[in-house]
Amino acid sequence: MPELLALTGNDAVAYAMKQINPDVVAAYPITPQTSLMQKFADYVADGEVDTELVLVESEHSAMSATLGSQAAGARSMTATSACGLALMWEILGITSAYRLPVVMPVVNRALSGPINIQGDHSDTMGARDCGWIQIFSENAQEAYENTLQAIRIAEHPDVLTPIMVTLDGFIISHGLETVKVYDDAPVKKFLRDYQARYTLLDPSKPLTLGALDFSDYYFEHKVSQLQGMLKSPQVILDVGKEFYKTFDGDCCYGFYEAHEMKDAEMAVIVLGSTAGATRMVVDDLRSRGVAAGMIKIRSYRPFPYDEIARELANVKAVAVLDRSIAYGADGGPVHGDVRAALYGKHPVPVMSNYIYGLGGKPIDMEHIMGVFDDLKESIVKGHPKRRVGYINLKEGNTPSLVG
Amino acid sequence: MKKYIEGTVKSLPLAGLIEEAGTAKKYNTGTWGTFKPVFLEEHCIQCFFCWVYCPDSAVTVNEGKVVGFDYDHCKGCAICAYECPTKPKSIVMEKK
Repeated sequence: MPELLALTGNDAVAYAMKQINPDVVAAYPITPQTSLMQKFADYVADGEVDTELVLVESEHSAMSATLGSQAAGARSMTATSACGLALMWEILGITSAYRLPVVMPVVNRALSGPINIQGDHSDTMGARDCGWIQIFSENAQEAYENTLQAIRIAEHPDVLTPIMVTLDGFIISHGLETVKVYDDAPVKKFLRDYQARYTLLDPSKPLTLGALDFSDYYFEHKVSQLQGMLKSPQVILDVGKEFYKTFDGDCCYGFYEAHEMKDAEMAVIVLGSTAGATRMVVDDLRSRGVAAGMIKIRSYRPFPYDEIARELANVKAVAVLDRSIAYGADGGPVHGDVRAALYGKHPVPVMSNYIYGLGGKPIDMEHIMGVFDDLKESIVKGHPKRRVGYINLKEGNTPSLVG
Repeated sequence: MKKYIEGTVKSLPLAGLIEEAGTAKKYNTGTWGTFKPVFLEEHCIQCFFCWVYCPDSAVTVNEGKVVGFDYDHCKGCAICAYECPTKPKSIVMEKK
């Protein structure tokens, strides 16, 4: 029987890792590591897992050790956050290029500087082109279930692509929630045994991994690597369906969750924990007869371009909420993706972008209500009230949304 | 000689893997150099310094004697010519 436990997001993901029981986990045991790995280290010390826990001297080394042991044929994991992810950057691209199905929970936190350890999406957005699948979680329950599913998605023979499962720093990672955890036996059955596609430790099958690859084949290898990402959407859907059937869960298992989108005139697109507040605002607006809707994106990479365009086909105004800045780009990264999804489609909704929550800046329901107010005005005017707005920002002379 | 790697995006081994051992000799690096060593047998004392120092195992030996170079793998680094102790040198570098 599933059990209800009071867990923080970090505890929930550590619990998932306990059930995954990876062969190897490598971690850097001080900041920017989170209590996620501390909890998992408890499981190792208490003998509840068989994992070889390798404590290394940096996040760069943590990712390198994870890559090495996965290439040796062991199911390997690590976890990180913020600047730790930034230090892993070089090895992220190598892990995906070697088609190693590493699953790494990432607690989304701000990058320095100025120094800040609170929540935003700058860390994983900075790593979005490293060839990793990125799955966002709305709460601790989703973080737990996404971590379990990520193992199956990453290890699928058509995919063999590493996955970051993200959870918003502090809001999810340190917030205590009721989490439904499933029994070890069915989870173990769902996860299956790891069958490495190749191993460097078999003397009867000598392999070279990471050879020098110049202009003659590097390009071909990078396009070949892309095939895993291109085949992942179907696997993400299949694994989600199987998880739902096996555990009768109630999380979001597709690429995204559409809430009240059927006849919505205006919609907000959001990632991560802010979806919870947005859903409540949408429900409130609906109760007053306003045709509002929400799309919560779960699979950010691969991004569901066609599906998002279909959802927005009859929407008059849409606002994309971005919890990071893409310097020099047209608003935030999610905004750019949604705009790309709508190219060539008719009619196109009036689009605006709102940057919010950097470095843990609070976003409340009245802020999101303010976004919908803007959208209402945008529909009347036929153009966006703000092309790029900043929520809850002390802007000085620049008009702010809700201060 | 079969190349160390062959194929297209569709047929290449996963992840840039090279699925056999000892493939370095199939990789023709001889085209990389700007200079190539030329062996002057008349000065050679068969000390084997060039053979020892060559980082690419590109000094060819036949029946216990240095006889020349494997130009498919020599990158033209000139270490052999530098280390050659004879006067005049038994190995000189020529522009390719």
